[in-house]
Amino acid sequence: MSTSKTLFQKIFDRHVVLERDSGDALLYIDRHLIHDLHHRAFATLKANGQTIRRPELLFGTPDHSVPTTARTLVDIPQGEMRETVSGLEAAAKEMGFNHFDLTDDRHGIVHVVGPEQGITLPGLVLVCGDSHTSTHGALGCIAFGIGATEIQHVLATQTLWQRRPRNMRINIDGALGPGVTAKDLALLTIAEISAAGGAGFAIEYTGSTIRALSVEGRMTLCNMTIEAGAKSGIIAPDEKTIAYVKDRPFSPKGRRWSEALAYWKTLFSDTDASFDHEVLIDATALEPRVTWGNSPQYSVSIGDTLPDPANEPNLIKRSEMEAALTYMGLQAGMAISEIKVDKVFIGSCTNSRIEDLRAAAAIAKGRQAVVPTLVVPGSGLVKKQAEAEGLDQIFKTSGMEWREPGCSMCVAINGDTLSPEERSASTSNRNFRGRQGKGSRTHLVSPAMAAGAAIMGHFTDIRSLN
Amino acid sequence: MQPFSSLTAIGVPIDIPNCDTDQIIPARFLRRAKDDPKYATFLLHDLRFNSDGSETDFIYNRAPYCDGQIVVADINWGCGSSRETAVDALVANQIRAVVAPSFGDIHYNNCIRNGVLPVRLPTTSCNQLREQLHAAPGAQMTIDLETQSVTGPDQTLYPFTIDVFDRMRLLEGLDDITLTQQHEKTIASFEANYRDQNAWVFDA
Repeated sequence: MSTSKTLFQKIFDRHVVLERDSGDALLYIDRHLIHDLHHRAFATLKANGQTIRRPELLFGTPDHSVPTTARTLVDIPQGEMRETVSGLEAAAKEMGFNHFDLTDDRHGIVHVVGPEQGITLPGLVLVCGDSHTSTHGALGCIAFGIGATEIQHVLATQTLWQRRPRNMRINIDGALGPGVTAKDLALLTIAEISAAGGAGFAIEYTGSTIRALSVEGRMTLCNMTIEAGAKSGIIAPDEKTIAYVKDRPFSPKGRRWSEALAYWKTLFSDTDASFDHEVLIDATALEPRVTWGNSPQYSVSIGDTLPDPANEPNLIKRSEMEAALTYMGLQAGMAISEIKVDKVFIGSCTNSRIEDLRAAAAIAKGRQAVVPTLVVPGSGLVKKQAEAEGLDQIFKTSGMEWREPGCSMCVAINGDTLSPEERSASTSNRNFRGRQGKGSRTHLVSPAMAAGAAIMGHFTDIRSLN
Repeated sequence: MQPFSSLTAIGVPIDIPNCDTDQIIPARFLRRAKDDPKYATFLLHDLRFNSDGSETDFIYNRAPYCDGQIVVADINWGCGSSRETAVDALVANQIRAVVAPSFGDIHYNNCIRNGVLPVRLPTTSCNQLREQLHAAPGAQMTIDLETQSVTGPDQTLYPFTIDVFDRMRLLEGLDDITLTQQHEKTIASFEANYRDQNAWVFDA
């Protein structure tokens, strides 16, 4: 039998505490991140007579319920939003786990904070009660979202039962053209394998396109892996990864750094490792993409027209497409550039890092937004960095709103929402029905494309703006 | 957790491919406590209720489907968000099983841990079941976890497979934490050894 392993298998095996005959493994968990929506987890834990086994490996920060105008707890309107944020903070104090509160520059969207602080490192197993935990795999770790019961299990035991997933490799080659980003690559990948294509798989991304992506771009791609149905996406650590994690507040130092580095150098899929499924994607002809339906799998290039469901042979897909066009208030055959937007949202765990804000600012600079536009940095530190670079001034001069960090209009439970039938260009990750408020119509795009839509009032090919 | 062995109940066909957990429970209800008296209404809320609170003609609002305890769905049921409240909303409505060609991985795990049986059947079988449930409203079907079979309204038998550990959890109503803590010695010794060999994981 071959002893060759995929990258995922190497990390997985290292964390197996015990394995049942059925193949279910009890995995040791290195990092557990938690956000405000899970503030009740601690009362439940206590009620069940349990304690946090490893509070030093638990990191909390509020993000989902944070109004993007709030700088402190008292800025949050009284009621369930404030209770949620204060509940997590109180639990952290009482139970002694790491917590970055609203007044701490280190706070922000949990998936931005983890890598930024060096909490996320190659070779780890990291979990969080949020499906976009797949983001962290960009640094070469196993990272996946879990439910509330699984959170209880990790808190109490620092372990989790997992079935070994099948392994899928998505190899992407070709240089990305100007104005084409990791977001467009993510949308293309989901369109290729479908929103259900990754179910039951752990996905590893390889190829020249991936190597050329920045670490932040890789995070965008891994972030949206869940939208292709896979709980986790992973990218082998390379020089860029190592440079990224070095000297972060929680990353190892000195002798520990050398020890970690020695392990990280072994983190790649063996050349003859076997994958259960392989996908090849050529990114050479990739163009900026825009979603038009209610699943992230429905996207087209900016120059395209909306597909006609009548031409779709698969009946399930046809009816889904028809329902989406109706919900979205669109007609088959319309040019994407004809679609007018009411609001623009630039932010979320997909696209709120400094590179994203730079890309949006490059389009906004010297131009005026013609629709309300919200720019929400991913963390307090991203916000500070953007302000140091003058990006906030560019946004404000363009008539855009520069807000405090948080999930904001991606999950739309912090007061930032669309009204029924309002249409957005959004850099977030889900265009589900009602995702940005009941009746909302969401189109997913890259930060530059979102800024372009803000300037023009409709989708536009940002490559022709300059 | 309530064990699951066998259930005969009305089947509710839901013909929505990629029915994400935002549909199953919209995000604005995520902060509500599980004992909220309105919890049952959160299930598929925006498909079931108009803005003024009146009911739509969505199938689960209609008798006899509203008494159904088995959902027969389309591909990728429960994709998207990890919110376990999606399962809480099913449970609040006494829905104990979902049959679908495929599931969101996280939602699938959440079902198992709350006594809701997710059954994977081929697309053609699910289509057939949904057609029959539409044709005969209130038709009953049976899911037997012991024998791993679904019996459709026309008595057609559909065998299914399920991970043995998941099956055991559901049959016995097993709580994972209790089970895991029986292995405390193994965990402690793994942890000591792992810490020893990977000190960089623990001290920044």
